[in-house]
Amino acid sequence: MSDAREVVLGRIRTALADRPQPTAAVLPPTPPAPADPVALFAERAGEYRAAVHRVDTAGVVAQVAEICAAHGARRLAVPRDLPEGWLPPGVEGTGDATVPALDRVDGVLTGCAAAIAETGTIVLDGGPGQGIRALTLVPDLHICVVAAELVCASVSEAFQRVEPSVRRRRAPLTLISGPSATSDIELSRVEGVHGPRRLEIVIVT
Amino acid sequence: MRISVFITCFNDTLFPQTGRAMVELLERLGHEVEFRPEQTCCGQMHMNSGYRDEGLELAARMRRVFDGAEVIVTPSASCAGHVLEHEPGLPVHELSQFLTGVLGVEEVGARYPARVAYHPTCHSLRALRVGDGPGRLLAAVEGLDLVEIDEADQCCGFGGTFAVKNAEVSMAMLDDKLSAIERSGAEVVTAVDNSCLMQIGGGLSRRGSPVSTLHLAEILAAT
Amino acid sequence: MSSASRGGATFPQAAHVELRNAQLRRNLGHATRTIRAKRAAVVDELDNWQQLREAGAAIKRDVMANLDTYLVEFERAATEAGATVHWAADADAANDLVAGIVAGHGEHEVVKVKSLTTDEIGLNDALAARGVEALETDFAELILQLDGDWSSHILVPAIHRNRTEIRDLLRRTIGPADLSDEPAALAEAARVHLRERFLRARVGISGANFAIAETGTLVVLESEGNGRMCTTLPQVLISVVGIEKLLPRFEHLAVFMQLLPRSSTGERMNPYTSLWTGVTPGDGPAEMHVVLLDNGRSDVLRDPVGREALHCIRCSACLNVCPVYERTGGHAYGSIYPGPIGAILTPQLEGIGAAASLPYASSLCGACYEVCPVKIDIPRVLVHLRGLTPKRGAERRAMRTLAWLFADAGRYRRAQRLARVLPARVAGAGPMRAWTAGRDLPAVAPQSFREWWHERRP
Repeated sequence: MSDAREVVLGRIRTALADRPQPTAAVLPPTPPAPADPVALFAERAGEYRAAVHRVDTAGVVAQVAEICAAHGARRLAVPRDLPEGWLPPGVEGTGDATVPALDRVDGVLTGCAAAIAETGTIVLDGGPGQGIRALTLVPDLHICVVAAELVCASVSEAFQRVEPSVRRRRAPLTLISGPSATSDIELSRVEGVHGPRRLEIVIVT
Repeated sequence: MRISVFITCFNDTLFPQTGRAMVELLERLGHEVEFRPEQTCCGQMHMNSGYRDEGLELAARMRRVFDGAEVIVTPSASCAGHVLEHEPGLPVHELSQFLTGVLGVEEVGARYPARVAYHPTCHSLRALRVGDGPGRLLAAVEGLDLVEIDEADQCCGFGGTFAVKNAEVSMAMLDDKLSAIERSGAEVVTAVDNSCLMQIGGGLSRRGSPVSTLHLAEILAAT
Repeated sequence: MSSASRGGATFPQAAHVELRNAQLRRNLGHATRTIRAKRAAVVDELDNWQQLREAGAAIKRDVMANLDTYLVEFERAATEAGATVHWAADADAANDLVAGIVAGHGEHEVVKVKSLTTDEIGLNDALAARGVEALETDFAELILQLDGDWSSHILVPAIHRNRTEIRDLLRRTIGPADLSDEPAALAEAARVHLRERFLRARVGISGANFAIAETGTLVVLESEGNGRMCTTLPQVLISVVGIEKLLPRFEHLAVFMQLLPRSSTGERMNPYTSLWTGVTPGDGPAEMHVVLLDNGRSDVLRDPVGREALHCIRCSACLNVCPVYERTGGHAYGSIYPGPIGAILTPQLEGIGAAASLPYASSLCGACYEVCPVKIDIPRVLVHLRGLTPKRGAERRAMRTLAWLFADAGRYRRAQRLARVLPARVAGAGPMRAWTAGRDLPAVAPQSFREWWHERRP
């Protein structure tokens, strides 16, 4: 339909006959980083009613085990390159990322590409330890391990961190800020519509 | 300072007492006041009603009428805004901004013992950004008890021809403003625009309310 | 469900109907007041909010000034990434394209994410006419679709419905019959109903909040997860994107990801944002179509003053502060884009003749301009558009007469003296009757200011 293309582009060029020359945008400087970005991230993510836990490297598997026990989760979907030692013994991990399989697991366990302290957001880019997008969408419980060094102070910084993924491998990105919610019923925020209704974040220092 | 009065067609015809008060106040503060009788209307109503050519012509006429004036002061924030936008070279000032910003005064020797609420008009609040100037001027008036209106920055519903073209919405907005005024316990409502005070006053009077309206200039001129 | 606005009523006529809907006014008043407070709180947290707004405005100005260049760049980048990019000059063309793609796959059912752009072109009806059911999956859109109603607010479209009405509607349609009116129960009913459709859907349709020229990336912000469902699970994804949605570079997105969530729902960040570039093998749709839509946007672009309406990022902050919108709701604007932004966008998209009353649906209070995250000077554009509406009859004569009177001080003085002696019933005629219906009118002063001045010093 190159006709439509030429019509639309032609209209635009005609419309811009006055040749506007706007001044260039100035991107605001990044605000000063908070004293403790990891603590801020934990606090802000918690405000969305994600459950937030803080452990050291040795404590990850125990924390994941505790979360699974609390939710009665015995079978988790996992990305194929999930780090060794995250999946607790007694919990089955499956790499089957087809939709029917994902619909039958008790939850999903992944890492992330970055996290944003200012907004309590997790960023996934399909890179190491994350898997494809459907993985963190279909199951009802998402356990996300966030390495402290991945926590960025601000939105700008986080986008800078993941920009190479988009440029180099056209990575799809998913930004997650709390469990799914709607505010459509008289404006009260109600958790639990179509994404995972439970989000458990495990911050590792 | 020689101050040229820009009375506005509106105040000239319907609220001349506001103009008289402004002149008395400025003279009391020691300034010389002049009035150029060639002035008529600045064109704001035409511009905002979609009669752009007429609005611009009348603003240009203002420029000719006030040619050479050292400083021009008006008791209408909306008219000041219109002139400043379309004839930016003219040294026009809304009264409260002139007092606090140019003369640098807050205490003007006024005495007005009453419970008074201040309604920030949209033009003065958002276009001219008079800020807390009127509030500071009122706070310095002897005997005046300043009370707050809930959600004071909500539009009163005047909006020029909006008040008649969308009269029902205008009335709905006015009703909420009047209720807020009644809750404030004020005896008098003041503002820097008589257009809004005409809307508010017209509604108060129709309700049979004992609350009255008075332009800021008249409070500041009172002794 | 207001039929007044659909029937081509003017804004004052439609407002007359809507003002009497007490429940609408109550719900809207509560909703807008709540969102205003939330927005204020999260905006106050940021020290650089004004700089962000200025950056957002400047980026969008640059986009519009170079729109053809950026569109071509986007097309190239998206195509290289595996998307098929189509161009649609108008609504019919866009609908034909989408219907054709769906038919090409032999599908009769698609899942949709809320998209104002697809509402604008009437996509659902166009698909239905071709035997394709488009299932709305946003909770509010689902409610409206089940009820045959249409949106009254950009962001919270079913704001005019309370929980009891929603419960009754869902009981009648998707069940269960004993559904309670607890928001959690209502949301659960929607989840159960839609999940099965999501998991088997083969074609998804979305819009996009942003399209990044440099990388060919599309961006969708949402809360519920249905957007992720529609853009990730189906085999085929079709995104209808207005040409004004572009951003030049990836780094610009960070600015808008700070401006939009805080301005719209008053949150630091919305629950889910999805970004995708073309096709990612093994992850998401295998086939990606982007339909770039004009449908009047190039007309808006032609007007150097009016074109900033295209900067809109659909946050609805202006709706939430507008005293007119708060009392009349979206239906009164008779358009998919209501409120202050609707009053300047709709007349330009559809032509001033079709929406001549909209630029007057405002008291010019300026609250919208203060909160617009991209600093669209809505009052300025409203006055500009008023200058373009047709002027006729008695009003035109009166305004021109007044201008003639004001052009000469002597004429003006004589008119003043005449006004003083006009009988009250003449003064109360015509437009003045609209005033005096609810308000008293001051009398013309017995002595004008200039007469007083002249007396004191001739």
